[in-house]
Amino acid sequence: MERRILIERTAKQIFLLCGIVAILAVCSITIYMIAKGTPALSRVGVSHLIFGTEWAPTASEPSYGILYIILSSIVGVACSVAIGAPIGLMTAVFLSEIANKRLASLVQPAVELLAAIPSVIYGLLGLMILNPLLYKMEKIIFEESATHKFTGGSDMLAAIIVLAIMILPTVINVSTSSLRAVPDSLRSSSLALGATKIQTIFKVVIPAAKSGILTGVVLGIGRAIGEAMAINMVAGGAVNIPLPFNSVRFLTTQLVSEMGYAAGLHRQVLFTVGLVLYVFVMIINLVLLRMKRGGQLDD
Amino acid sequence: MKMKSKWFKTIIMATAAVTCMGMLASCGSTSDSSDNTISLAGSTSMEKVCEALSESFMNENPDYKVTVEYTGSGAGLEALEAGSIDIGNSSRALSDEEKEKGAVENIVALDGIAVITDKDNTVSDLSSKQLADIYTGKITNWKDLGGKDESIVVLGRESGSGTRDAFEELMEVADKCEYAQEIDSTGGVLATVASTPGAIGYVSLDVVDNTVNSVKLNGVEATEKNILSGDYQLQRPFVMATIGKVEKQKNAVQKWFEFVNSDEGQKIIKEQGLIIPEK
Repeated sequence: MERRILIERTAKQIFLLCGIVAILAVCSITIYMIAKGTPALSRVGVSHLIFGTEWAPTASEPSYGILYIILSSIVGVACSVAIGAPIGLMTAVFLSEIANKRLASLVQPAVELLAAIPSVIYGLLGLMILNPLLYKMEKIIFEESATHKFTGGSDMLAAIIVLAIMILPTVINVSTSSLRAVPDSLRSSSLALGATKIQTIFKVVIPAAKSGILTGVVLGIGRAIGEAMAINMVAGGAVNIPLPFNSVRFLTTQLVSEMGYAAGLHRQVLFTVGLVLYVFVMIINLVLLRMKRGGQLDD
Repeated sequence: MKMKSKWFKTIIMATAAVTCMGMLASCGSTSDSSDNTISLAGSTSMEKVCEALSESFMNENPDYKVTVEYTGSGAGLEALEAGSIDIGNSSRALSDEEKEKGAVENIVALDGIAVITDKDNTVSDLSSKQLADIYTGKITNWKDLGGKDESIVVLGRESGSGTRDAFEELMEVADKCEYAQEIDSTGGVLATVASTPGAIGYVSLDVVDNTVNSVKLNGVEATEKNILSGDYQLQRPFVMATIGKVEKQKNAVQKWFEFVNSDEGQKIIKEQGLIIPEK
């Protein structure tokens, strides 16, 4: 009897300890990011840092504006989601509503495999295939332009395409399961009322699975904004206005590429860049949390 | 619920304590100027070679302590003149004024940079002015340089890179470069130049291989021989300046230079992609 109680208690303590590890990690990361990221904010000045457009940290008169970097991250992620989310949703509809079981059992593993491919492979393929193709396009489009700075195909467009492909599995997997969770009675009712299959999907099934699909999209945004490796390989890495054929730098790649040799204030500003990225990720997670709660209320 | 908030408080306290301890530890060290310490300060570009040298030196001579600060060549030489350090690191030759104040130029290594283009590029020789114009965006097509009708894709390194620092300083294009891509590694520049038609880039001399063309600068090929003779322009000395000759320094500093000039020291310098000057 006593032994049983002892085991129960020990187990409880072990689980508690494991739980604390996660909380401790989140707390210490948050404290560290704020402690390391804020000094540069006051030293450089918030408005100069966030709204400045010139990034020249090693110049004789250094300038630490990261506006273009923030904008690149936002534009890049927004565009990739605008491309990736509809494709992902349609694939999910295909998997759960249209495809027969045999075809679905072929596509589903392919999607799961897509999720398992490391981001450096996406980057490599982008580098080998996408960049040369985009460079050809760039040459045709800007043939007459005297002012365009040729990037060799490493540009915003490449980053957007790679990111759009990378968020597909997240969107597809989450959307498929939420579409499958829609009760069949809804479909039957709709069909019985005379709606066609496509009408049923778009007017009944998708609205019913709305919160699940949105969760998938937000998770996709989270994946896209945190991606560094693939973008670093395909996006060129110069700080520019985020236009399709400009070489750009994202918040993540900013850290990856300059942390190595940065010193002094330059290094501190990089921590601030990390803090900005951290804030973005936190906002996305809060939105996700709210949405999940909202979804539960709907049920 | 009450239990939960108590735990939460404990966790916050623990995290705070750990953070504070870390901060205290980092403030604790102060330098003492006994005879067994060697203090260096100066060029940020010399960071990698200085770190490698001081680490091996202290491994071999555990009684000695080497401290290196990376404040920039100018600041390092000023500190040397002020007498607050033993050795001033400089990644440029000393000025006459600095030499007049007693600083002796001990060149420990030469840093060479090669300009590379893709294999199909027919331009094999550039003048300094042409190269500077390419990097500042005044020349944008190879046909203006006698090559094919191909746009120039200007590649460089990220800010903070020693190679970028050296290139921009030597070409006198600091802060004026318009890069199409900023790549964060030497290998990356090499690979991108090799695979991009019309690309131009700069890398340390020692990594150039047969996947790219190495461009002559003012008719001079980028080779170790031409750097040693001083004919090739894209090079700079790594100087460890002392006040007065090395022989007149305190024992610890003499020991340091002995190590730098030993076989092992020279090997470390070569491993950093640098060239050993002729003695």
